[in-house]
Amino acid sequence: MTAAKRPGGLRFLGYAASVLVVLGLWQYLSSRAIIPLLFPSPLSTLRVGLTLAGKGQLQADLWASLWRILAGFALGSAAGVTLGVLMGASRHVRWLIEPYMNFLRFLPALAWIPAVMLWMGTGESAKIALLAYTTVFVVALNTMAGVARVPRNQVRAARSFGAARRQIFFLVTIPATVGYMLTGMRLAMGNCFMTVVAAELVASDSGLGYLIFSSRQWMQTELAFVGIFLLGLLGLIADHVFRTTSSWLLWRYESAPLGRPTR
Amino acid sequence: MTYISFRGIDFRYGPRSPLIIRGLDLELRRGELFMLVGPSGCGKTTVLNILAGFEEPSAGEVLVDGQSVRGPQRDRIVIFQEPDSLYPWLTALENVEFPLRVLGVARSDRRARAEEALRLVGLQGHEGKHPSHLSGGMKQRVQIARALVLDAPILLMDEPFGSLDAQTRIILQDELAQIAERTQRTILFITHDIHEAIFLADRIGVMTAGPESALKKIVDVELPRPRTRGSAAFGELYEHVHQILSEEVRRVLRREDSLL
Repeated sequence: MTAAKRPGGLRFLGYAASVLVVLGLWQYLSSRAIIPLLFPSPLSTLRVGLTLAGKGQLQADLWASLWRILAGFALGSAAGVTLGVLMGASRHVRWLIEPYMNFLRFLPALAWIPAVMLWMGTGESAKIALLAYTTVFVVALNTMAGVARVPRNQVRAARSFGAARRQIFFLVTIPATVGYMLTGMRLAMGNCFMTVVAAELVASDSGLGYLIFSSRQWMQTELAFVGIFLLGLLGLIADHVFRTTSSWLLWRYESAPLGRPTR
Repeated sequence: MTYISFRGIDFRYGPRSPLIIRGLDLELRRGELFMLVGPSGCGKTTVLNILAGFEEPSAGEVLVDGQSVRGPQRDRIVIFQEPDSLYPWLTALENVEFPLRVLGVARSDRRARAEEALRLVGLQGHEGKHPSHLSGGMKQRVQIARALVLDAPILLMDEPFGSLDAQTRIILQDELAQIAERTQRTILFITHDIHEAIFLADRIGVMTAGPESALKKIVDVELPRPRTRGSAAFGELYEHVHQILSEEVRRVLRREDSLL
């Protein structure tokens, strides 16, 4: 069977064709632009990107953003899972926390930037706090929904086997909720990528958000395009790595496990 | 000898809810297979849930071996109608091991006991499969194995074969009859199927139509084992139970008609 005949190979060809068409269209439109400076071509964007990479600046900005995302995402996920489990397991905790959660989750991290800068300065901790903030509610709500949806008969069966509350919690509730936690974390990761740009735009001297913002000062639109492209690519890779890693490590906890993945 | 007693059981879901069960009295003997039949909605599953300790009666009490039932205990294991009580993240073997894990039994011991229970229900060779890879009948066998592994003296079976196809149901009925005879458990089995009741039961309890249902009649099934489904005696008993039950079903239908 040739690569084109395999479903995976066909999909890859489809993706490649789509990318080539969009790049071609982009190149064509930029060549027709009245002011090329405002709409750089993919080739000039690539040239600027390679120049920046040669100086090591691109890697530094990439790493700065990635580190902030990972730190904020990890902190927010840990807090979100803990809160969600507690809220799902205890109605008293839910009553205490739910009103604040429903209020805060509609406030974007952007709205908190001035206050967080005043409280924490413009250092790393402020940006990581904003990223954790944007993660925590999505993860907590999904986790809480998962805890509430543990099939009643799974809990009843465990009770009839003589399981104590602690055993039911760790042996039934938590494993049954893992899928919901992962969905919440995956959604939250998208939020992190949006928030990191906002945080770096306002209060940073490094990172992809800063790179995008600084392009305005030097009228180098290519810089903005390099930053935007890399951010999107980084998001795509992060999502893929998250999905692959979680399904490799936690495949048992998917809703209908099909067996250990072989790759 | 009486092993389980329901004494004057009333049940309602809340103080202002209608009475579901009124004055239920029932005694089960040690080692018998008691089938409970009745019209839909008459509260058969509620009776089972009360004995399991999942529901608390509004009045009356349930005694097991002279002890009042206070919540679930590992001497009474439930086999649910839907196999959603199996843990999808565990294999068939790990599901059967689960009650022993809760008890703190050593890994090697619990593995050996779980393998033996799976062998008893004919699932050797499927130990490593997850529930999503098992058929409906196989999932119910895993539930039965999980109940057997604890050596619980009482099995509570809530229409365990109700969602299976006819062929699988007959096979599992045959297997259950053998297991019940071999292991001498006391079994309370809820069913809608009179054939199933006669094939398996030592006695059949017929409940009245709800609400405020109670036990209408107990029929002794004195057919020799192993039983043959097509025998004349089987047919006569079927007609007898059917007649008792159909009066109650007609009551339900009349009430539903009057509501239309």
